[in-house]
Amino acid sequence: MKLMHITTSAFAIAALSAGAASARDQVQITGSSTVLPYATIVAEAFGENFDFPTPVVEGGGSGAGRAKMCEGVGENTVDIANSSSRISQKDLDTCAANGVNEVMEVRIGYDGIVFASDVAGPAFAFTPADIYNAIGEQVLKDGALVANPHTQWAEFNPNLPAQDILMLVPGTKHGTREVFDTRVIIAGCEESGAMKAMMDAGMDEDAAEEGCMKLRTDGRSVDIDGDYTETLARLDADKNAVGVFGLSFYQNNTDKLQVATMSGIVPSTESIASGEYPVSRPLYFYVKLAHMDVIPGLKEYVEFFVSDDMAGPNGPLAQYGLVSDPELAATQAMVAARTPMGPLE
Amino acid sequence: MTDISAAGAVPATKPKNSLFVQDDLTRRRNAAETRFKYYGIVAIVLSLSVLAVMLFTIFRDGTSAFRQASVAFPITLEAEILDPKGARDPADLAKVTTIGYGNLIGQQFANFLIAEGIAVEGISDKDISGMISRDAPGRLRDMVLADPSLIGQTIDFNAYATGRIDGYMKGRVTLETAELDRNVSLEQLQLADKLIAAGILTSGFNTGFLTNPDASDQRPESAGLGVAIIGSLYMMMLVLIFTLPVGVAASIYLEEFAPKNRLTDLIEVNISNLAAVPSIVFGILGLAIFINFAGLPQSSSLVGALVISLMTLPTIIIATRAAIRAVPPSIRDAALGVGASKMQTVFHHVLPLAMPGILTGTILGLASALGETAPLLLIGMVAFVTNYPSGPFDGGVLDPATALPVQVYSWASRSDPAFIERSSGAIIVLLAFLVIMNVAAILLRRRFERRW
Repeated sequence: MKLMHITTSAFAIAALSAGAASARDQVQITGSSTVLPYATIVAEAFGENFDFPTPVVEGGGSGAGRAKMCEGVGENTVDIANSSSRISQKDLDTCAANGVNEVMEVRIGYDGIVFASDVAGPAFAFTPADIYNAIGEQVLKDGALVANPHTQWAEFNPNLPAQDILMLVPGTKHGTREVFDTRVIIAGCEESGAMKAMMDAGMDEDAAEEGCMKLRTDGRSVDIDGDYTETLARLDADKNAVGVFGLSFYQNNTDKLQVATMSGIVPSTESIASGEYPVSRPLYFYVKLAHMDVIPGLKEYVEFFVSDDMAGPNGPLAQYGLVSDPELAATQAMVAARTPMGPLE
Repeated sequence: MTDISAAGAVPATKPKNSLFVQDDLTRRRNAAETRFKYYGIVAIVLSLSVLAVMLFTIFRDGTSAFRQASVAFPITLEAEILDPKGARDPADLAKVTTIGYGNLIGQQFANFLIAEGIAVEGISDKDISGMISRDAPGRLRDMVLADPSLIGQTIDFNAYATGRIDGYMKGRVTLETAELDRNVSLEQLQLADKLIAAGILTSGFNTGFLTNPDASDQRPESAGLGVAIIGSLYMMMLVLIFTLPVGVAASIYLEEFAPKNRLTDLIEVNISNLAAVPSIVFGILGLAIFINFAGLPQSSSLVGALVISLMTLPTIIIATRAAIRAVPPSIRDAALGVGASKMQTVFHHVLPLAMPGILTGTILGLASALGETAPLLLIGMVAFVTNYPSGPFDGGVLDPATALPVQVYSWASRSDPAFIERSSGAIIVLLAFLVIMNVAAILLRRRFERRW
């Protein structure tokens, strides 16, 4: 009766494991895929230098990560949610409803969003208005709002190359898209005068912003739902394309991509830190304070993350492309004091 | 009759219907048949060429992952840096971080190059130490902490070269791309040329690719499949343990004992339906039941195995039932005829005869389970895990782990091109496992199959 043996041992193992299913000894982290490479760099160095096991880091998206963090308190819930956009009041309400009352917000630095094209093609020098004129749904032409007729960059700005317009923008589920919409599209809409024309046509400001955020749907603006590697592959396939990337991704692929200037500023960690380069956003992670002394290594990991050795301007994160936060010392003090975040204004 | 003779008198030409001359209809029919044959050939050629293109690109991109450049040089483990107090107290030793070890390695490597008389004009110290993988300090630190007596000695150290230098030896990085690349300088490549000539920088089989754990984006050269292979192995073992007894018991009951009524029919239909449910649904189920309700740990291979078992079970039941059904009824009749009980008939005659079919079905089910990623996404196994799970009897199945297809996925989305190569390399490893399992299934069938 070999079969019987196998069956009993299977049940034995199942019973044993159900009993042993307690006491987690490693930190669990989830959230934004933009923050993921930074979190893995820190986690790896943490595992090397401390006696704690290396934290387990998952990707999957900012929103999903915050939702997972707000599921409740306990060993079966994650400790930290990485996020490439600020937490919303709705998330905080969900958290509070599930008993997660104290959440600490840690800003780790800034991430630049760059426009890049094929390295062998012509160079681009954009303004937000150029991007809007290229891919907005309604653009201003000869003083009137028309459905976007542009097929080449040079049609609306003679300084740009006479190259077919094809723009690869992040899909709507990405945190990057939010920054792209507010810092580039709406700014460009205003700058090009299209927003004023919409408001003159009787729209209120909110409706005009809505109208601005609509992108043309004739295939010249393509939403990329995957990550930057997919954008790069699309750009490889069609050399005319201009893609939207994170600064760190561009810096790791400078042999394939050339970066475009925005309003005359070349994106770099310096120009983003000084605020000259307009398209950037802060990166965060959110820690459940209730787990602080329960999960071994959590406190040490958070302190290690914001230490000068990691997040400072000469640390490995900055080398990888993170723009380090000028107010890092304040963050370190906040982490040491375990100050929970207040309600969002 | 008269009509025929009359008609026969009129045409002096050949008869209208002859086996030797095709009429229009026959010609069209034969042409359709030939066309159909060619459609079939085209279909085969098409699918084979897709397979060939796929295999070609995977092997073109992935074989290089099995080679890795490394640098060998002596390191003097200076006591004043590694143990300033000189007491060899483990707590003091642990205070020196990988940053300290990194500086030591960079310094020693630069000194070694000066001693060997290898120099490149205009190269900075940062460029020189930047040729050594960032995983080297961590490994050296582990070595020293494990054996503090090494402090003060000079040891031969073998460090990985960084991904860009490795890429240069593989032809992925060239002088032209390096000019545009901010992660590697031309001086570094010139130095690499000299090191290769001096036999210090060598490229060899990359055992680390199969044994190392995953690594972060800054050190693709040290990333390996170790944790993923262990995770996949644990999962397959557990899936086998969970599904085989349950699947076989269910099939035996349904085939041999179940009364033929509407309830049995309903169960059968539902098992077939279950086999067609998309795997991600099982992931959602697993998250709800095993993690949120039963409280099993996230990212563990046990939860992964349970979820995949649910998914594989219907496949195994269907295959097992087919194998049991293929045993001729005369065997059962004969056994029952000499007085065996129903259970004796099943366990002494039917099951042994059906075993090759059951094993083949199980192995094929496991093979498809091995390649499954979607359900693992929801239970936290698509993650960055660098600690090896402990042994299977020390609760290793509860430790966080990843799986082979998960590693393919997460490497494919990293920004460094060296990870793309590793991703294809991981596909080759996965394919090797699949081929081994399929060959085992075929061999088992050949060896034990009986025909009646």
